[in-house]
Amino acid sequence: MRRNALGILGMVLAGTAIVAALAAPLLAPHDPLVGDFAQSLKPPGTAGHPWGTDQLGRDLLSRVIYGARIALFIGICVVCLTAVVGGLLGLVAGYFGGWPGTVLMRLVDVQLSFPFIFLALTINAIVGLGLRNIIISLAAAGWVVYARVVRGEVLSVKQREYVQAAAALGLGRGRILFRHVLPNVLPSILVVASLQFSQFIVAEAAISFLGFGVQPPTPAWGSMLSESRDFLYVAWWLAAFPGAALALTALGINLVGDWLRDVLDPKSRA
Amino acid sequence: MRAYVLSRLGQTVLVVFLSLTAVFFLARLGGDPVLLFLPMDIQAKDLNEFRERLGFNDPLPVQYGRFMAGAIRGDFGESLRYKQDALGLVLERLPATLRLGGLALLLTFCLAIPVGVISAMRRGSVWDYVGMGGAVLGQAIPGFWLGLMLIYFFSVRLGWLPTGGTGGLTHYVMPVLVLASFYAARIARLTRSSVLDILGEDFILTARAKGLAELVVVAKHTLKNAAIPIVTLAGLETGQLLGGAVITETIFAWPGVGRLTVQALLNRDFPVVLAAVFVISLTYTLINLLVDLIYGWIDPRTSRA
Repeated sequence: MRRNALGILGMVLAGTAIVAALAAPLLAPHDPLVGDFAQSLKPPGTAGHPWGTDQLGRDLLSRVIYGARIALFIGICVVCLTAVVGGLLGLVAGYFGGWPGTVLMRLVDVQLSFPFIFLALTINAIVGLGLRNIIISLAAAGWVVYARVVRGEVLSVKQREYVQAAAALGLGRGRILFRHVLPNVLPSILVVASLQFSQFIVAEAAISFLGFGVQPPTPAWGSMLSESRDFLYVAWWLAAFPGAALALTALGINLVGDWLRDVLDPKSRA
Repeated sequence: MRAYVLSRLGQTVLVVFLSLTAVFFLARLGGDPVLLFLPMDIQAKDLNEFRERLGFNDPLPVQYGRFMAGAIRGDFGESLRYKQDALGLVLERLPATLRLGGLALLLTFCLAIPVGVISAMRRGSVWDYVGMGGAVLGQAIPGFWLGLMLIYFFSVRLGWLPTGGTGGLTHYVMPVLVLASFYAARIARLTRSSVLDILGEDFILTARAKGLAELVVVAKHTLKNAAIPIVTLAGLETGQLLGGAVITETIFAWPGVGRLTVQALLNRDFPVVLAAVFVISLTYTLINLLVDLIYGWIDPRTSRA
């Protein structure tokens, strides 16, 4: 009961972010990139600017709405990339094993023995700034989790009778892998993906906040927060609204992820 | 036991070696940093001379060999910006980071474990909802935003705490709180679920049937058994604290390794970046080794594995 209520709250929060991202041009009252110096640093509640304006006179509400677009786009791209790459490598390493599997898992161990955010930040600083490079950096730092989880699952699934039966019937290994093993590890991939999703969004914002990643004037929540530091004494709203949007989106996705884990994996219900 | 520790130390060396190798090649792929450190109107001849002096004109394997030979002796070269030994620069900042991380860890345990235990013991009560609600929020609120909001309330509005830097005890309050918030939330949730698991076990029923005081049941029978998953997560999280320090130190202008690394990355000061990677990966793997040893002490069943 309580679980469901939290799941619904999560869906409402995440749904709001998705609607904001999809319908940004319809919802935003102003162009997020065009400012009016006469209207700079207006507090929330100013006519025409319900959440106020920034130092260049750009409408904050519009920028936060467009920010949802960037955050979710990056999150979805990274989750898909990491799930496919990490999932496939984990599948192959688990099913075929042998020395390539062992070497791969050793590399995964090495990468996991490094703080995620520090790794993503270092990769991003080296490959360069911008939207495409932040996606590459986060994916390069994040795929290992899937590889490890999927490999573990495959190792247990491949001992099951139905997989042994499929092999005894003379099915090809590729067919067994994709038709019989993959569908059974898919729930784990989904659970990891939902739990990683908010982590990627927050990591992107953190990296952009530090001055890497997505650069101004693109309205990404992290870079908006980074700019807001210079105006903290005069304009609290520049820090409050983008951060709240980020926190609520992350909260919504986490709650949906928790709910999904309970539904797909009743064993872990706490 | 000794063989185990030795093989783990071997692994540590491997991790550090591979991390350095990966970052070295990535850094060289990203272009040479020479142009960033010289005046705009420099002659091509001088530029070449500078490259020659720093060894950027040699083939990549030669550069790599030279780098590794130096790294083994703890020589990562001079910082391109500070004109100082890179490793020395990083080690100078390490105590500040360890102080911050240690206090955050202490706060995490003092806060998270009681909250988790009370939530589990009084399941479904107001305490449970408040504790777990706080934990779910703490997990979702990004540390750097929490930091900004704390600065706004406690420094800008109330003027109680300094916005950043080091000095007295007041300088610790906000950075420690921010660094601890996320980890405390995760550990509180895990403590609650593992205490709940143990409470359902038969030996707890036995302990209660024997008429033991509730305090003994909780402290001796439940907590010690619930500690294993908590220590595992805490170990992984302790390493992640180093990652969190990168962000926290930057917000609060804390003179630690994290802030130094961010600045070195922004300046493409690669000797410092590589020295920082060395120190961070070494610290991280040693912390994990320590956790594994504590593990064997808490649960003797795992010590032979």
